[in-house]
Amino acid sequence: MKQTATILASCVIALAGAAQADEGAYAQEISFGEYGGVAEPLTDTPGDPERGAEIMVTKSEGNCISCHMVSALDFAPFHGEVGPPLDGVADRWDEAQLRGLLVDAKQTYPGTIMPAYFKTSGYVRPGQAFTKKPAEEPLPPLLSAQDIEDVVAFLSTLHWED
Amino acid sequence: MKFNTMTAAAALALVTPAMLAANPDAKLVVNGQIEMTTETEAPEHLDGLRTIRSGWTFRTEETQSLQMDDFDNPAMIYVDEARDAWYAKDGAADQSCASCHEDPESLEGLRAELPKWNEEAGKVYTAEMYVNECRTERMEAEPWGWDSQEMKNMTALISSVSRGMTVDVQIDGPVRETWERGKEIYYTRYGQLELACATCHEENYDMNIRADHLSQGHINGFPTYRLKQANLVSMHNRFNGCIRDTRGVPYEIGSEDFVALELYVASRGNGLSVEGPAVRN
Ligand code: HEC
Ligand code: HEC
Ligand code: HEC
Repeated sequence: MKQTATILASCVIALAGAAQADEGAYAQEISFGEYGGVAEPLTDTPGDPERGAEIMVTKSEGNCISCHMVSALDFAPFHGEVGPPLDGVADRWDEAQLRGLLVDAKQTYPGTIMPAYFKTSGYVRPGQAFTKKPAEEPLPPLLSAQDIEDVVAFLSTLHWED
Repeated sequence: MKFNTMTAAAALALVTPAMLAANPDAKLVVNGQIEMTTETEAPEHLDGLRTIRSGWTFRTEETQSLQMDDFDNPAMIYVDEARDAWYAKDGAADQSCASCHEDPESLEGLRAELPKWNEEAGKVYTAEMYVNECRTERMEAEPWGWDSQEMKNMTALISSVSRGMTVDVQIDGPVRETWERGKEIYYTRYGQLELACATCHEENYDMNIRADHLSQGHINGFPTYRLKQANLVSMHNRFNGCIRDTRGVPYEIGSEDFVALELYVASRGNGLSVEGPAVRN
């Protein structure tokens, strides 16, 4: 597993030069590592994995399972397949990288379909949620700082069983 | 890449009902008569896809079968209503569509070319624009709303008389500028979710996004009957919903931007058959 992450990371470097991730401000100051990770927790309160799981399956919150299959969340219906299954994701990525993926996945994977959950500006025709009404930037981020810590805490429990 | 092989294998293990239902060899023949091309080589201008597939090929067998016989196709009630409207006089000029066009069958072939350049107006025209021009200029009647029941019925009738014909929309000459604008919209990532039409319908078609099985988003089946809405849905209404789902602000239904998008999306389906009114979930 560790090896996979290394292979991936080298692809990311190769891509980063070509497709520069777009500019945008975040709900608070963020410093990304070389591969798009965010080492500093966004809050002082440790993440709550149970709450993180809830955010991931809730349509009006993370709605992560619309794109990702997660065996541990199979109590919720309709897992999508647009993104990779997240089983064992904690073996592939460390906490900083997981946090970075949540804050703005495009810093890790330029051009990815995965939304940036902590970004507040840099959008084309942004609306107020799904109302079709125009919204002024900065927008409220899709998830709060604590939400992100909670989801990171849940993702960090997703190890392959051995 | 090792990573991709691994995820693909994991994804395969997750066989969902929607995937099971899409039988790649199913043939669409309507009324045992009209043979449709539901899969063919992508038109030359389209770099992002090798093969184009009608939205019909992505639906469940149940939904597919509703489109195979006009007695089962719930949209045909609306087509019949439009047939009545066709022969009904309206407006100050005391004319019906039939006064000038005889039967609806006189418009056979039109839908396969729409939208197209209207020389007199100096812009790209959709079916809705032609219909309303006849209503206001020739019948001296009130125009129909783009998304009104009357208009959707009439465009369904106009489409139905071209079913089985090959979509062949012009992209060169005077329409080029409009086509380019449509293409720009297609590849722009809208809204707070930063999704373009292409993100879903070109890069991720055939995947499940939550409970939805993503198609290539062609419009050869429009107006479609959506079971969820129990009514016909216009193309612009669909575009509107798809941009709303990006947490974005859609363009207006009937706007120049959506006409441009309609032209571009129609041209991505060049080579498929006119299927409208199709049935979707
Ligand atoms: C619209 C689709 C979509 C949504 C919604 C989405 N993701 Fe993703 N995610 C992806 C894709 C696609 C990738 C793979 C990166 C790529 O190839 O673009 C990915 C990658 C990841 C990865 C890295 C996985 C790995 O094995 O390397 C993690 C972790 C992740 N997502 C977590 C989440 C979480 C948590 C949420 C919700 C808060 C979420 N995603 C929402 C599409 C999505
Ligand atoms: C008074 C005559 C008249 C009436 C009434 C009339 N039309 Fe027309 N229609 C025309 C003419 C003339 C054209 C223009 C043909 C052209 O531009 O080549 C036309 C064009 C059209 C076109 C575009 C055809 C093409 O091949 O480009 C459509 C579609 C159409 N009409 C639908 C309707 C409908 C539906 C009604 C009734 C609601 C209607 N028309 C009523 C005279 C009429
Ligand atoms: C978040 C993903 C997403 C985005 C972005 C998106 N769509 Fe869709 N679209 C869907 C889903 C889901 C459906 C319903 C299933 C299907 O037919 O693909 C759909 C359906 C459609 C259909 C109906 C196809 C049929 O055969 O009935 C059309 C046409 C369409 N989309 C066009 C567009 C256009 C044009 C854009 C950009 C303006 C767009 N979509 C953006 C998700 C999306």
